[in-house]
Amino acid sequence: MKITICIGSSCHLKGSRQVVETLRSLIEQNDLKDKIELGGVFCMGKCQQGVCVTVDGEFFSVTPDTVKTFFRDNVQAKL
Amino acid sequence: MIETRKFDTKVQVLKYKVLRQVARLAWNDELVNVVDIPKMIVPGKIPTMRCCVYKERAILAERVKLAMGGDKSNPNVIEVIDIACDECPIGGYEVSTACRGCLAHRCESACRKGAITFDANHTAYIDKDKCVECGACAKVCPYSAIVNHKRPCENACKIKAISMNEDKAAYIDNNKCIQCGACVYQCPFGAIMDKSYILEVINILKESDYSHKNKVYAVIAPSISSQFIYAKLGQVISGIKALGFYAVVEAALGADMVAYEEAKELAEKGFLTSSCCPAFVEYTQKQFPKLKQHISTNLSPAATISKYIKETEPGAKIIFIGPCTAKKAEYKKPQLREYVDSTITFEELQALFDSREIDISSLEEDVLDNASYYGRIFARSGGLCDAVAQALKERGINDFELKAVPCDGIEECRTALLKASKNVLDGNFIEGMACTGGCIGGAGCLIHGDKSKADVDKYGREAYEKTISDSISVLNK
Repeated sequence: MKITICIGSSCHLKGSRQVVETLRSLIEQNDLKDKIELGGVFCMGKCQQGVCVTVDGEFFSVTPDTVKTFFRDNVQAKL
Repeated sequence: MIETRKFDTKVQVLKYKVLRQVARLAWNDELVNVVDIPKMIVPGKIPTMRCCVYKERAILAERVKLAMGGDKSNPNVIEVIDIACDECPIGGYEVSTACRGCLAHRCESACRKGAITFDANHTAYIDKDKCVECGACAKVCPYSAIVNHKRPCENACKIKAISMNEDKAAYIDNNKCIQCGACVYQCPFGAIMDKSYILEVINILKESDYSHKNKVYAVIAPSISSQFIYAKLGQVISGIKALGFYAVVEAALGADMVAYEEAKELAEKGFLTSSCCPAFVEYTQKQFPKLKQHISTNLSPAATISKYIKETEPGAKIIFIGPCTAKKAEYKKPQLREYVDSTITFEELQALFDSREIDISSLEEDVLDNASYYGRIFARSGGLCDAVAQALKERGINDFELKAVPCDGIEECRTALLKASKNVLDGNFIEGMACTGGCIGGAGCLIHGDKSKADVDKYGREAYEKTISDSISVLNK
């Protein structure tokens, strides 16, 4: 599974670092390093909906507050 | 006059007008009419700069060629327009008519070579066979009557790559020149110019259908924070996107990445010279080949972040926008060619804005925030040293004591490299910046003001991320 997080300026200011760091630690805690690839990209063109995240191409709007629920519902549930 | 608000000198304004006109035609696929451009800029019959309009237009035709990429057979980014060269006098120290024929003769006393004599009117005269051009006489004359006739280009070129050819025009020795552009900014007649790759940029944007077919990224140098002072930085970002760029990324994030890696390399190797400034790197390679092995193996910040973007976004095109003429030579090097697709300066960006009638001061403010304070202050002298010190701390490298030598301008670089080559340098890290003040003094800057350093520091403090580790953590490297 490939998770891509927008690290462009707008998403960065909305907390993309916190999203990346939380995802990274959740992946480690759940021992999913072999199954999930994390990546960054500068701008997904949907700045209003940041922090922009895609899971295998499917778009999600995530915030540092919702990242844990997002991980449970849209990452773990689909593995 | 809007143009003088944007630039330091009228030479820059003239160059800008040519670039803007070439760009206007290029956007509209009308570049077939280049021969008409000089007349568009200098209409009528009354000369405004030279002896006649015909000479003005002949010189403008040369500027048009440079705006379109210049002489392909000359590998140097910097070119002399010989018909524009005023062939300034090069007599060195000479006594001017301001000499009053006084009694004190301080000039004579100050001259240790006995080169000063007096004629029947008691006016001083300098014997050029004896004079060593030390300038001691000029310093003591109460009338400031002794002047140094030195060509501004030769004076600007501290590495002595400029001399005079047989026609008395300026001549650049490509074996010595490091393409820093100091002469470009200093020549009062605009006779030395940097080649422009705006046509390359316009083509990339057009071919991408303005980032609809493939994404075109602008990587911008942190010195931009001292430029475009008539608008907000956020408006400059909006302007760049209005030109058709998909996104704007800070080269300063590449600087954060470089500082983090450089700290490690420095601690391992024990001595390094920086690799951020392409003119400094070229100078080291050309004049101190023995020190080559000590040049940091890191790519420059712009190339580092461009490489990251190319790896994460296949098909992306990258244009670097900065203050630097040497960067125009750097991106054409084989090891960088796949990362950076073209390079322009802030001067050229201004011309591109205006060629599209984009008034950035009327645009909404966009955001720009990718890098930390430390990555951003790379734009001024001493910034890289501060960043490497910080990176050593953040990495927890305690068993290495940093002794940084920040070199502001190519003369300081030469002194440090000379000492290093003789193993007498009191330091283990040379930060080399060819331009005085650092990148904020670059030849491709619109303005070179006293406030530039403060502007860069302010921009640094405004960064959302406060540490290098935090800034690069999003990259997941």
